Amino acid sequence: MKSSVITFPGSNCDRDMDVALKKFGFKNSMVWHNDNELPKSDLVVLPGGFSYGDYLRCGSMAAKSKIMQSVINFAKSGGLVMGICNGFQILVETGLVPGVLLRNKYLEFICKNVFVKLDNKENTYFKNLDKKVLEFHIAHNEGNYFCTKDQLKEIEDNNQIAIYYCNNEGKVEDQFNPNGSLKNIAGIFNKEKNVLGMMPHPERMIDQSLSGEDGSIFFKNLINNIK
Amino acid sequence: MKISAIITLKKDVLDPQGKVIHQTLDGMGFKDINEVRQGKYFEIEVKEEDPEKAKDLVENMCKKLLANLVIENYKIIGTQ
Repeated sequence: MKSSVITFPGSNCDRDMDVALKKFGFKNSMVWHNDNELPKSDLVVLPGGFSYGDYLRCGSMAAKSKIMQSVINFAKSGGLVMGICNGFQILVETGLVPGVLLRNKYLEFICKNVFVKLDNKENTYFKNLDKKVLEFHIAHNEGNYFCTKDQLKEIEDNNQIAIYYCNNEGKVEDQFNPNGSLKNIAGIFNKEKNVLGMMPHPERMIDQSLSGEDGSIFFKNLINNIK
Repeated sequence: MKISAIITLKKDVLDPQGKVIHQTLDGMGFKDINEVRQGKYFEIEVKEEDPEKAKDLVENMCKKLLANLVIENYKIIGTQ
């Protein structure tokens, strides 16, 4: 299975993602933002970081970079595109997934482990996952998901909410919402569910001795689903 | 020709920075404030000399990059 990770100026989770993808069997290529064409890929990842120094709005400049036209075409033809953290911010700026990511409610940069609930499994990313709750890491200043009332209705009608912030038992409540996100939303799909944007970092949870292995569960399942 | 544009948050979008600025101003003794909303201001010098055309150009920039229309409004406030 082939994957591509796009590196923008200011990306800093691109190599972590490269390590994670290779560990679970992807043949990964690093792609520079100024390239025109994507290599042949089964999965494209927009990694975390601070692309273009978060100038103007997080992800707004990266969304207009050269490679993104190929990424958008790839996504529109049904290709799997996953944006993590700053990658999620880039995805909302391209319009591939609905909504926006505002500054965290309490104006703090949040860096900690969180639990997320996954009960939306009719998609390539989460299909066949046994666990309903996974522990991932978040590190962001602008992760406060927001969308208009009309958009929210559409998102809910189409079952596009991918993951929610919750506690270790999967309870989705306000007290487990780290950043003020609407409805505790931590990740969103596009309508067709081939594009996934999420704030948590599965690539930081792939080593038992360093973190935890819930990211490993996610990546192992993902590659099996793509095969 | 120089065009000025402002970007403001839409009414029902939470503005935590505006809230903190409000609280600080309040603490400094400015007690007569109902609300503070923070926005962005741009001055864009374009080659176009025709004011209407220049305005259209900057409006297009606002729509395509400077503002995110899900949460923000833009307004061209001046040409000089």
